[in-house]
Amino acid sequence: MMTAIKKYFSKTSTADILFDFLVAVLSLMVFIIIAYPIYFVIIASVSDSRLVTRGLVTLFPRGFSLYGYEQIFQDTRIWIGYMNTMIYTIGGTFINLLVTLPAAYALSRKDMRGRNFLTFFFAFTMFFNGGIIPTYLLFRDLGLIDSRWVFVIPTALNVFNLIIARTFFEHSIPNSLYEAAELDGCTHFQFFLKVALPLSKALISVIGLYYLVQHWNNFFTGLIFIRDYSKQPLQIVLRDILISNQAFQGGAGAGGGDIGGYAQQYAEQIKYAVIIVSTLPILAVYPFLQKYFEKGVMIGSIKG
Amino acid sequence: MNLAKNETKSAKKTKNKTTDSKTQNGFLKEIRKNYQLWLMILPGFLVILIFNYIPMYGLQLAFRRFVPTEGITGGEFVGMQYFNQFFDSRMFSTLMINTIRISATTMVVGFIAPVLLALLINQIKHKRAKSIMQTTVYLPHFISIVVMVGMLTVFLSPQSGILNHFADMLGFPRRDFLGSTRFFVPTYVISEIWQRAGWNSIIYLAALSNVDPQLYESARMDGANRWQLVRHVEIPSLVPTMIILFILNMGGILNAGFEKIFLMQNPLNLPVAEVISTYVYKIGIIQNQFSYATAIGLFNTLINFGFLLLANYISKKVAKTSLF
Repeated sequence: MMTAIKKYFSKTSTADILFDFLVAVLSLMVFIIIAYPIYFVIIASVSDSRLVTRGLVTLFPRGFSLYGYEQIFQDTRIWIGYMNTMIYTIGGTFINLLVTLPAAYALSRKDMRGRNFLTFFFAFTMFFNGGIIPTYLLFRDLGLIDSRWVFVIPTALNVFNLIIARTFFEHSIPNSLYEAAELDGCTHFQFFLKVALPLSKALISVIGLYYLVQHWNNFFTGLIFIRDYSKQPLQIVLRDILISNQAFQGGAGAGGGDIGGYAQQYAEQIKYAVIIVSTLPILAVYPFLQKYFEKGVMIGSIKG
Repeated sequence: MNLAKNETKSAKKTKNKTTDSKTQNGFLKEIRKNYQLWLMILPGFLVILIFNYIPMYGLQLAFRRFVPTEGITGGEFVGMQYFNQFFDSRMFSTLMINTIRISATTMVVGFIAPVLLALLINQIKHKRAKSIMQTTVYLPHFISIVVMVGMLTVFLSPQSGILNHFADMLGFPRRDFLGSTRFFVPTYVISEIWQRAGWNSIIYLAALSNVDPQLYESARMDGANRWQLVRHVEIPSLVPTMIILFILNMGGILNAGFEKIFLMQNPLNLPVAEVISTYVYKIGIIQNQFSYATAIGLFNTLINFGFLLLANYISKKVAKTSLF
């Protein structure tokens, strides 16, 4: 250790030592700025809310209390929202992959004529759209208002993910591989299922994750297209609790609390706990998929 | 079920449309030859056609008076009436100023922050420290917008928020950051950077990891120190990526994020927080003035699209890099 340090100082110029020092300080600062708010939510959610609201909880939990979590477990709104979001996320991501992967594979095949036109057809929608009102009126005519399908069908294909997947297939599943298989009588369907998909685990993980997060965090669809509270996703319920301050004031979605609501301090602790509970599933899958992120962005950044 | 019927209907429509075109024979031959590929792309094609292109067709509503019984295309043609109504309205200048202020600030700061962050992370030589750093800075991207704004409301609460407690400790006055016209934009932009800079830095980190190691070596041989490596090797290697992202960002010049702004709005900050997209929502979805709201939305989209083309054109001329 000591020799390593000695070696560092003897071998490194003053300018570089200063550089390393600055990098260390800046990195530490960035780390704290990003990590502390998240850490604070965690410790605040398990601390005595009176201490939290007075600013006495800063580094470690104090006055350990699970009051916020206990309240959440009794609030039916959250569980209905959770259930709904679960359904929309799992069903939606499944449909997403079912639509996106074959389409991307087809677009990546050079023997398909018209693929340039099709790519333009898809990509154009990234830069130009009909806007919210014509979309709303169309969905109304299609009977999608207050329908659970609105969460999975209109967003079945994300063009950005399509292009990532297409680029991946182009580079990882070369045409020559297909041509060889074709000689043995292999069709595109068979080749896609038996060769392309098994070789695309990284890709499926990446765009699967993108879709998963997109569904889990979707707030817009519920806001615009759903009136019936029993179909609302978690994010709408979260909005009501976190931002509109309808925390357990009785009324909408009973099961919560006393009439007139809890004192501000209790509402705050419930908010911290709600943040944790609602973000947990995403954070649970995060470490497993993190190694694919860079790969995903790399694939996507190769200009197509 | 309603939906399924509609899908088959428009599927037929598109088939007719495409076969009508001049490449009739070639197209049919192609379909017959590659029917499996075309079947694979069909569901995605239909989804985009129905849910993205039909609303574009519905944009004509901006030039028609909406009559509920007549549908989108049945109303009387009124030309630019709704556009003029918007340009003459009291809200026009407020909305333009607010939208441009928020999106331009976000664009400039949000464009630079990921570059700096990537450069910083790339300097960390300790492998484990680097990976912890990356894991941490990507994390906020996965927090939903609702939770993000929820965190802002609890952290920034004037009485009980942790930030105001810290400000108090350091001798600064307590502020109602979310309930003021002065702090709305900084709060929006800073929280946006906090959440997105890490994720957006991935693409630059990828570009940095692709720098030819020989370039570093020869710079080292010439006696370059670490500062000079950053300045003369790393930054130039990021420029092409920066240009592409800049063009893409330009396409969103008037796209101040609807959801986050909408969730952050309250009566106190509304004078600076009302932007085009939130106004379209209120006028259209809440007040049912469909034609007027469509016109405002179309105006927004056209400006965005114009800026995208402009940025693309300029960068094609100047930097020889372009999106299309």
